[in-house]
Amino acid sequence: MTTQLFPTQAEVKKRPPIVVERLTKKFGDFVAVDDVSFEVNAGEVFGWLGPNGAGKTTTIRMLLGLLHPTSGSTFVLGYDSARQTKAMHAAVGYMSQQFTLYNDLTPAENIRFYGMVYGLAPAALHARLAEIIHMAGLEGREKSLTRSLSGGWKQRLALGCAIVHKPGVVFLDEPTAGVDPLSRRDFWKLIYAMANEGVTVLVTTHYMDEAELCQRVGFISQGRLVALDTPAQLKLLQMRGEVLEISTDNAEAAMRVLKSAQRSGALALDEVALYGAQIHAVVRSANQAMQSVRDILTAEGITVRSINRIAPTLEDVFISAVKTPEVQS
Amino acid sequence: MNEIAISTEGLVKTFKTGKEERRAVNNLSLQVGRGETYGLIGPDGAGKTTTTRVILGLLSRTAGKSSVVGFDSMQDAYAIRERVGYIAQQNVLPADLTVMENMRFFASVHSVSKEDQKKRIPELLGFAGLSDFSSRLTGKLSGGMKKKLALACSLIHSPQVVLLDEPTLGVDPVSRREFWNLLGNLRAEQGLTIFVCTPYMDEAERCTQIGLIYAGELIASGTPAQIKAMIPGQVIELTPSDSEAAQKLLSGKDGILEIQNYGEKLHILVDDFARRAAQVEAILAAGGIAHDALRQIEIRMEEAFISLVRRRAGQDVETQGARLPARAGETL
Repeated sequence: MTTQLFPTQAEVKKRPPIVVERLTKKFGDFVAVDDVSFEVNAGEVFGWLGPNGAGKTTTIRMLLGLLHPTSGSTFVLGYDSARQTKAMHAAVGYMSQQFTLYNDLTPAENIRFYGMVYGLAPAALHARLAEIIHMAGLEGREKSLTRSLSGGWKQRLALGCAIVHKPGVVFLDEPTAGVDPLSRRDFWKLIYAMANEGVTVLVTTHYMDEAELCQRVGFISQGRLVALDTPAQLKLLQMRGEVLEISTDNAEAAMRVLKSAQRSGALALDEVALYGAQIHAVVRSANQAMQSVRDILTAEGITVRSINRIAPTLEDVFISAVKTPEVQS
Repeated sequence: MNEIAISTEGLVKTFKTGKEERRAVNNLSLQVGRGETYGLIGPDGAGKTTTTRVILGLLSRTAGKSSVVGFDSMQDAYAIRERVGYIAQQNVLPADLTVMENMRFFASVHSVSKEDQKKRIPELLGFAGLSDFSSRLTGKLSGGMKKKLALACSLIHSPQVVLLDEPTLGVDPVSRREFWNLLGNLRAEQGLTIFVCTPYMDEAERCTQIGLIYAGELIASGTPAQIKAMIPGQVIELTPSDSEAAQKLLSGKDGILEIQNYGEKLHILVDDFARRAAQVEAILAAGGIAHDALRQIEIRMEEAFISLVRRRAGQDVETQGARLPARAGETL
């Protein structure tokens, strides 16, 4: 059987727009990405998450064809990232955290510049310019200098520049760092508007409240894919242990008691931490731990107002997943 | 009842660039009790850093009052510095010094005696989980470890109060959790007063008191629970097939107080979930809009913040639907 270098049009069409197949990258002895596989479907908003040094950026670099895998492969819109990089680049958009915009150009000039880089014909560029200005809500600001725009405007402009050539896949690298919550909601509205038109979006972020906005997320830890699901399912299924919220008359004193019980082994607590006036404890079983937590606190003269099992946040799930990496079956 | 550690009253700070005058902090009054963990929470450009620097006496104030542990920020800046630890935003520790050298450097800047250093430095390194890294170059530490080292350095002179300006900026969730757990331990074990600026709404939950700051003004203050309780009603979450159309249909209807976009989902603030859930379903059904099962969710600090900013901006939430408030963030 001969191996075919380029996929046929039909093959391109039936494959998901992002395919990662048994991807591995080693730097010397260090395995940065370890046998990772996942797919992102057309029109999907996918969050790619992991602590620093977990292999998150290395994966993206390989997807973008900037780094070659040690083994395995990645396909973006059917193009092999490592071998068809140029063709792939023409069909994808990339927005970095730094919003690579020219501050001494106007928004319209920035869009035109990116349009020319991507080789848009003048007539197409003219039409696209108007669309992007409208999409980013930049009407009336086309002629201001980009430097004078606030974070939210710049962010929407940067996205506009990244999609000037109507890419089928967009990579967003921590796109909302330093943007206020209102602008951020606007930005995510744009992301979903794009997705509804069939654009596939891969987002990286450090913020789990932002990850909640994705339709599906993948967690990478120490190079391995440790979880892959919708945020709702992850919270339901992936959390190792349960979270208790403990309210007392003296949170600081209660914290000291629980910490020392944790250290001595009197209580099996995976984690215990102050959350404002409450304490959150991660335990194996909420039902079993509730009484012993109450007893220990009461014995130390602390009044327990309530102990409730609360739903884990995506951050709770993330932290439990990366602390005990377990490969997704 | 509580002794006051940090106080500002009618604080104003304006910056002049050429003929333009910008009010970075506008009539800001706040009080932080001893032993509290106070979060000054707001987006970039809201005035968090300016407020912190005026409180510390690093910037002059235009009007109003500010003090730390009873010392005036302007008159007694030196007394404040002896009693206060500070991590500046984007704090950079010398990369070519080891962890231990950085600790010693900060100790000598703060005139901590050699004897005290011998006791204090190992204690702090242990607390920050850096005992095994004392001879490592600071430049070779991970982002999260650098933040922990900065915290340890800021505590070298046993301050009564620490002011931390966006201490978790750019660190990953694991390090961020660890950092906040360290702050919790400082509060529980030493009763330290902690003043922390952050743009991250979810960090509000780690504070005992918070102030929400926007465009130089404190738009709300209280415990996290008190602030969330300022938003009336309950939240319905659902994912409609057509978000734009769903918002148009729902906006202004009986009992619907506000609609917020949340990714592909909508957060619909209603006066009473039990009463309105069926109504919302009926309106969407009549409009031919499909959706997943609607559910009630707890309001979080982010929804509260957005709602408070909108209210501040004088938006008519009854009728404006979900078209986001006039890029309210853009007036900054």
